Amino acid sequence: MKAHPIAGIIAAAARLISGVQVRWLDSEPDPRQAVYFANHSSHLDFVVLWASLPADVRCVTRPVAAQDYWNRGLRRALAVNVFRAVLVARHAKKTEEVHDERPASGDPRLAIDHMLDAMGDAESLILFPEGTRGTGEEVAAFKSGLYYLCQRRPGLRLIPAYLNNLNRILPKGEVLPVPFISRLTFAPAITLETGESKPAFLARAREAVCRLKDI
Amino acid sequence: MKNLDPQLLWALCGVLSLLAVSSLIGFAIKVTVKKPEAQATIRNLNARIAAWWVMCAIFGLTLVIGQVGSLILFGMMSLLALREYVTLLPTRRADHRTLFWSFFIFTPLQYFLIGIHWYGMFAILIPVYAFLFVPTRLAIAGDTESFLQRASTIQWGLMVCIYCLSYAPALLMLKIPGYAPDAKLLLYLVLVDQLSDVLQYVWGKLLGKHKIAPVVSPNKTWEGFIGGVLTATLIGTALWWMTPFRPWVAALVSLTITLMGFAGGLTMSAIKRDRGVKDYGTLIKGHGGILDRMDSMCFAAPIFFHIVRYFYVR
Repeated sequence: MKAHPIAGIIAAAARLISGVQVRWLDSEPDPRQAVYFANHSSHLDFVVLWASLPADVRCVTRPVAAQDYWNRGLRRALAVNVFRAVLVARHAKKTEEVHDERPASGDPRLAIDHMLDAMGDAESLILFPEGTRGTGEEVAAFKSGLYYLCQRRPGLRLIPAYLNNLNRILPKGEVLPVPFISRLTFAPAITLETGESKPAFLARAREAVCRLKDI
Repeated sequence: MKNLDPQLLWALCGVLSLLAVSSLIGFAIKVTVKKPEAQATIRNLNARIAAWWVMCAIFGLTLVIGQVGSLILFGMMSLLALREYVTLLPTRRADHRTLFWSFFIFTPLQYFLIGIHWYGMFAILIPVYAFLFVPTRLAIAGDTESFLQRASTIQWGLMVCIYCLSYAPALLMLKIPGYAPDAKLLLYLVLVDQLSDVLQYVWGKLLGKHKIAPVVSPNKTWEGFIGGVLTATLIGTALWWMTPFRPWVAALVSLTITLMGFAGGLTMSAIKRDRGVKDYGTLIKGHGGILDRMDSMCFAAPIFFHIVRYFYVR
């Protein structure tokens, strides 16, 4: 996949603003297909994660981003052309406020189809399984998307990552960033084990992210 | 390019030779000393020397460009230092906008004031206006948790990383009768201050036994302190010809620079120890962050500036 001409510049700018220090624990960057999944506290999360991958990995890696935020104007142009983001609908925000339990609509499964299409057999994804941005202190319970992806693609490699301080650079509800130094830690890939239940797998995946916070 | 006078060139040549000699010594130590327990120190020493080449190249280049070059260099260093400082300290969500002001309004403004030579405003922008603005903005943000601690954390960051450091390029706005151009004065301050740091490190590694402040800064020893201060003062005295000072004044001024530099290193270390880290950052290989390199400068620059301004500017 050919990278957009300004992708390198955008990536360098993102690394500069976020001052990101990248670490790969017992692993190294690798262009093979995988799903990178991390904690979510800022709109900059996927940009910084994407920018921190080496160019050869970055050009085959597509972030999954919320349609309602990234589908407008300049943001859309960046998301679609430069990041090659997979825009998915954050299903029914209004319903969420009314019912605590989301009804088992066809919506999430549509999103999974969409992601699998986008991956083809060579491309990787960046995914934030919490679904929505948190305050940066706690990692919320993971939504089931990660599990369904693995079910549909047996053997899919999942690479846990933790982003420190992004919530300080651009917290929820702020427009202008403050340039704190951030840190991004990658860990060796995990996979869905045969017969592993959905809650057990999601808890294990979440733990794989959380343990990177203070290492 | 008007700053390229012969004295400045001599001083820059001196720096270049010093770097060359250091690299040779670093190489000789690497080849001859094979003790396994010394290897980490030797690697760090050579990384430090390599980083010095880069730092001297950047600083030399900005000196040659002139005032704008120095303002951009020190302005960038202020931003990077403030970034290291606030990252290390606990800030809360409600501090966000105040921090934005600190980075993107007060810092550029402070350096802009130097650029237009408005001394009166340069000297009070942060100690008066920012000092009052910070707690006001925090109060408007409405979070009272550890209020005074948060306000003073930001005020202190602005004072040390922006205000104090900006005194170094501010030397360029001093007009001293019978002495020009003034880039030499900035080079003199940087040379004495940084050599004092380096020489304290060297004497400490060679002879260091008695710790001077084991809790705050475990690597600082009396031997390093006395040896470094004396030799740096000696070099500062020997360089009197590039300053407006007579030799004995140069000696006193260099002594002041080295002592203030020591105070800066010690104070900034106390913050690091309180936060449980060794370095402020990782930007300069072998040295740590910008703030690890500039801590002595933050304390030495304002005092040096005011000594020169009080006694030499008419």
